Amino acid sequence: MSEREKGGHENPVFVLETSKLGIWTFLATELLLFGALFTVYTVFRIKYPELFYAQHLKLNRVMGFANTVVLICSSLSVAVGIAGIRRGNVKALKIALVVTLILGAAFLVIKGFEYREHFERGEFPGTNIFFSLYYVMTAIHALHVVAGMSALAYCLIRTMRGDFSADYAVPVEVSGIYWHFVDLVWIYLFPMLYLMG
Amino acid sequence: MINGLIMNETSEPNYLTETRGLSSWIFTLDHKRIGIMYLCIILFFFLVGGVFGLLVRLELLKPNNWLMSNQTYNEMFTLHGVIMIFLFVIPVIPSALGNFFIPLLIGARDVAFPRLNLFSVWLFGAGVLVVIASFSHPIDTGWTFYTPYSARTAAAVTILVGGIFLMGMSTILTALNFIVTIHRLRAPGMTWHRLPLFIWSMYATSIINVIATPVVGMTFMLLMAERLFGIGFFDPAKGGDPLLFQHFFWFYSHPAVYVMILPAMGIISEIIPVFSRKPIFGYRAIAYSSMAIAFSGFLVWGHHMFVAGMSNAADIFFSFFTFSVAVPTGIKVFNWIATMYKGSIHLDTPMIYALTFIFSFVIGGLTGPFLGALATDVPLHDTYFVVAHFHYTMMGGTVMGLFAGLHYWYPKMTGRMLNEKVAKLAWALIFVGFFVTFFNMFILGFRGMPRRWATYPPRFQTQHIISTVGSWILAAGIVIMFYNFIRCLKKGEKAPPNPWGAKTLEWQVPSPPPTGNFTEIPVITDWPYSYPKRDE
Ligand code: HEM
Ligand SMILES: [Cu+2]
Repeated sequence: MSEREKGGHENPVFVLETSKLGIWTFLATELLLFGALFTVYTVFRIKYPELFYAQHLKLNRVMGFANTVVLICSSLSVAVGIAGIRRGNVKALKIALVVTLILGAAFLVIKGFEYREHFERGEFPGTNIFFSLYYVMTAIHALHVVAGMSALAYCLIRTMRGDFSADYAVPVEVSGIYWHFVDLVWIYLFPMLYLMG
Repeated sequence: MINGLIMNETSEPNYLTETRGLSSWIFTLDHKRIGIMYLCIILFFFLVGGVFGLLVRLELLKPNNWLMSNQTYNEMFTLHGVIMIFLFVIPVIPSALGNFFIPLLIGARDVAFPRLNLFSVWLFGAGVLVVIASFSHPIDTGWTFYTPYSARTAAAVTILVGGIFLMGMSTILTALNFIVTIHRLRAPGMTWHRLPLFIWSMYATSIINVIATPVVGMTFMLLMAERLFGIGFFDPAKGGDPLLFQHFFWFYSHPAVYVMILPAMGIISEIIPVFSRKPIFGYRAIAYSSMAIAFSGFLVWGHHMFVAGMSNAADIFFSFFTFSVAVPTGIKVFNWIATMYKGSIHLDTPMIYALTFIFSFVIGGLTGPFLGALATDVPLHDTYFVVAHFHYTMMGGTVMGLFAGLHYWYPKMTGRMLNEKVAKLAWALIFVGFFVTFFNMFILGFRGMPRRWATYPPRFQTQHIISTVGSWILAAGIVIMFYNFIRCLKKGEKAPPNPWGAKTLEWQVPSPPPTGNFTEIPVITDWPYSYPKRDE
């Protein structure tokens, strides 16, 4: 890579550490982005507790739970892939990435079914504050799922090309960290939206 | 882009001459070229925003809509504010000068992620195009986009805000790049306490950008969703809360004023010791106060909302912290002055602008507490006092700091010296024009002239005429300054590597620098302000 030569820092450990600092800084930004949304949620939930309780019963908990499981599994598979490539196992990485991408797509499909269910019942963004929040939060999260999948797909292509080895798999490590973050956000969203006491 | 500025052919290739043609710019990974691209785009919009400002002033020459309708006036000052804030002051020093000089100042060949850097400038360009598209229905909300009006107006708020969102992403990615670069790519021996102060201030700025910009990004997304789907978060008719918008907006936009001022303070901290030929006084105090400003800047956003209906407890909290931000700022000013004390002061143009910065920024800064104190803010809120205050900080502060930096680094960026005489003439006009235009507005505000009004009672007219004439003097100065910038690209004397006798690393390489900056990465053994102590 010309830029790494130019920087005079070809040492793969150095590159990995630098990239990790980059992605963690990026996650700080992402955290604040969702932080703003969580603040909106908190404000309105305190303001309208009954509305939130009554409306949240209309969400499909089964699908929500299924999606939670799907994402946890996908996090696991990324982790397995990264553990594999650290030992130089390219094949494991390839399989893990394919599995993760399938799980990510499954998440989106399930989410799509949920949306359709709500649309059929006439529950749209703007129907009330709760549904507005539900749509905004899950849609922005879904966008992040798509972004994460794009990064992983890019990693998959490069894996096929044989770019990665035990010495160098920086894009995979970085995309993996990002994917975990996207999953983590859902782990918060699920109880906040679906499981109110 | 600026191929006109090719050096004479015999010299070694530098970052400008190494490759040629438009695509060598659009696809460049060189931080210096990326910085120059930002600079050209952003300075262009400074001029555009300035023209809107002049139109606003022209309308106010007479008390009664002689030039434009109220609606047009709303559009003019909004476009002026939006362009100046989002397309000019926020990005200008970090994205343009920061990109160019951070790697040079820390002894690196480039930023940590050059491709991300290129992507950022593209995002910025895309954002600019989207913003321009929104001019088809010019926005009329004021630069603050307060709901519920911004959710209802027929102006192209959705598009404009989308464009600003893209530019915000560019800002965040640039900040990320800088943070990682400063952590990871410092030359051997360049410890944190040997960093030039410009780097400290850019580091603090970048942290603010990474933390605050996403919040306004989300706010703008919600505003877009409000307009597209009627989600109702900010609409009282649907159970939403318009104050929530203001809280989010100012949670970003107050720290954003430090995004505007900190980089300028960094430039001043570089220039003062160089032109006083003295080590900087209170290095650590200046460095840490940048971090302190970045931190405390997050605790004061409510001072924009004292009259908007917050609780008394919140008012007092925000008022108290607002006063506390003044402390680190004061620390810097005292340290700059102490640096000059008994120095051998050279009044070249960069130094003159630096002194102007200190002078007018102190005025802008000291009028801040009037607005931070509850009792005085109530009558002064939304008057010309506020307009004067923020022009003193943004124009008297950031813009003067920027001009100082442009004059200081012009030889490095272009390989040519500026014409000192023309530069000083331009400075004189800018200084006089600025004070005539804006000082007067403090008094107008005290007398009760509200901001954002196209008409006014005739008793204010004399003062408005003074301000408008001042704005012409100011404009003349700016035009002459730009004329000097452009003319000297070709006609300027060739710049030596270190025309000012400075100690920081960018001056130890040729002007303009070669593409990789350093033939060999320097090893640092001392801080960059080791001017000989003068005995006296
Ligand atoms: C060419 C010099 C300038 C002139 C003549 C000028 C003039 C004005 C005037 C008269 C107003 C008040 C309009 C009103 O409230 O009715 C205004 C507002 C404003 N100006 Fe400037 N200005 C200049 C430069 C700048 C610069 C350099 C900046 C920022 C870096 C800036 C940022 C703003 C902002 C944010 C507002 C508030 C707009 C709003 O109320 O939404 N101006 N300007
Ligand atoms: Cu503020």
